[in-house]
Amino acid sequence: MTYSAAAAEQNAIEFVRVSKTFYAEQGRQHRVLNDVSWGIPKGKTTVIAGGSGQGKSVTLKLILGLLKPDSGQILVDGQDVARMGQSQLRQLRTKFGVLFQGAALFDSLTVFENIALPLRERTKLKEAEIRQKVMATLETLELAGHEEKFPAQLSGGMKKRVGLARALQLEPEIVLFDEPTTGLDPLMTLEIYRLFERMQKQLGYTAVIVSHDIPKVFELADRIVLINKGEADVFAEASQIINSDKPHIREFAEKTMGI
Amino acid sequence: MQNNKITAWATPFFHFGDQCLALLSDLGSMGLFLLSAFAGLFRRPFRGREVLRQLSFIGAGSMAVIFFTALTSGMVLGLQGSYTLKKFGAEGMLGSAVSLTLIMELGPILTALMVAGRAGSAMCAEIGIMRISEQIDALECMAVDPFRYLISPKLLAAIISVPLLTAMFDVVGIYGGYLAGVKLMGANSGSYFSSMMLSITNHEIRIGVIKSFVFALLVVWISSGRGYFVHRIRGAGFGAESVSKVTTQAVVLSSIAVLIFDYLLTAVLL
Repeated sequence: MTYSAAAAEQNAIEFVRVSKTFYAEQGRQHRVLNDVSWGIPKGKTTVIAGGSGQGKSVTLKLILGLLKPDSGQILVDGQDVARMGQSQLRQLRTKFGVLFQGAALFDSLTVFENIALPLRERTKLKEAEIRQKVMATLETLELAGHEEKFPAQLSGGMKKRVGLARALQLEPEIVLFDEPTTGLDPLMTLEIYRLFERMQKQLGYTAVIVSHDIPKVFELADRIVLINKGEADVFAEASQIINSDKPHIREFAEKTMGI
Repeated sequence: MQNNKITAWATPFFHFGDQCLALLSDLGSMGLFLLSAFAGLFRRPFRGREVLRQLSFIGAGSMAVIFFTALTSGMVLGLQGSYTLKKFGAEGMLGSAVSLTLIMELGPILTALMVAGRAGSAMCAEIGIMRISEQIDALECMAVDPFRYLISPKLLAAIISVPLLTAMFDVVGIYGGYLAGVKLMGANSGSYFSSMMLSITNHEIRIGVIKSFVFALLVVWISSGRGYFVHRIRGAGFGAESVSKVTTQAVVLSSIAVLIFDYLLTAVLL
């Protein structure tokens, strides 16, 4: 799919001719994105897939401004993330919720304190209002009764749910999921996917999921972006990947989708 | 062939240049880190409870180790001073020698080294683990300034508690010197305190206080900075290994920095 101005209007995030190369010691270099353009549609779920080290997590970090591209633009609501200063980035990040691969919960804080942290730090809500809001989220995500536990006392699936609860506290417009089912068993993975689907329908945010869990994760996708050898190919559904005539896409499908 | 020869010949220079650039980049990052940590002190919301928690950890938590270090150092100074001064018939100057050494040198240095070993290593490991487990990235993604949230409370707590610990070190050390020099070695009690009072002026105390402030800053800066940049430090490896290596590095670097700055400050302030 080629990038077009018409499609750009419907997109929450747009990559416009983005390149990113990493330089290792002794002059070695690895180009993870090579002049790629694609968009993430508003209010939909986009899955970013690809092999290890192909630049999936780098893509998320570029969106959040944690990394800068070598060239090109990354537009979030029309603003170029790559050209923003720290205070603008801080402002922009209030639009985002992020669920990290390992949930990135604060070890020294309880489940309640972890979920309340963005509310305490970013809003002027009173403690009673924060408690009410956090308890309601805990109820929705079936975590009630676990609020006084520490992250080390939780199972993998519960950590992901607490991470999601924290990511959703500020009612973000865009939620980024970095390998959300890594380390979970198949049943828990399914449960987490159902939860994502339910929350996305309920809250209507734009979801971006980076995942290795192919082909299961494609069931959630309204758009699929395959990142491979610096190129990004965009598909509307998994069947298009299977029927692609590009050799590297065919190779990817054969290796990961069992065809 | 010619190209290969040139490349082989130039490799050490490339390597040297690469190392210099890495060092400059590291120093620049650490400089910006310190500025951001100071700026974080003035950003709202102020984390008063976290400052109290850090005061308890860095300050109150270090009191026992500072007490024993100060007592033994003071006693050794009392014994050595008494033995040496006796040879010159200057035993009456024992109080002066012990207190000057403690207030201007040993107090600030040993307090800083103890805080670096106890609290600095813990700070570095805590922040390093938060970095590798993406907790610091999570703060940034929640638009929470990690400097204001994590680093500035530690900086403020150290700047308050290290000079107080140094003052405690001085008092306990002087008492240790009294125990060893007067009670054990038989020096005169009156001359111990009177020589001390005659030789210690505001100037000596000011030097000790300035040193303790600077050392507190160095220890927190280096310890938390190493932890914060654990993912970017060359040769540190990855994961738990990188945190352990960087924690050792933080204690060694902050100890060396304290000793170097001690000389520089003594040269400037004396």
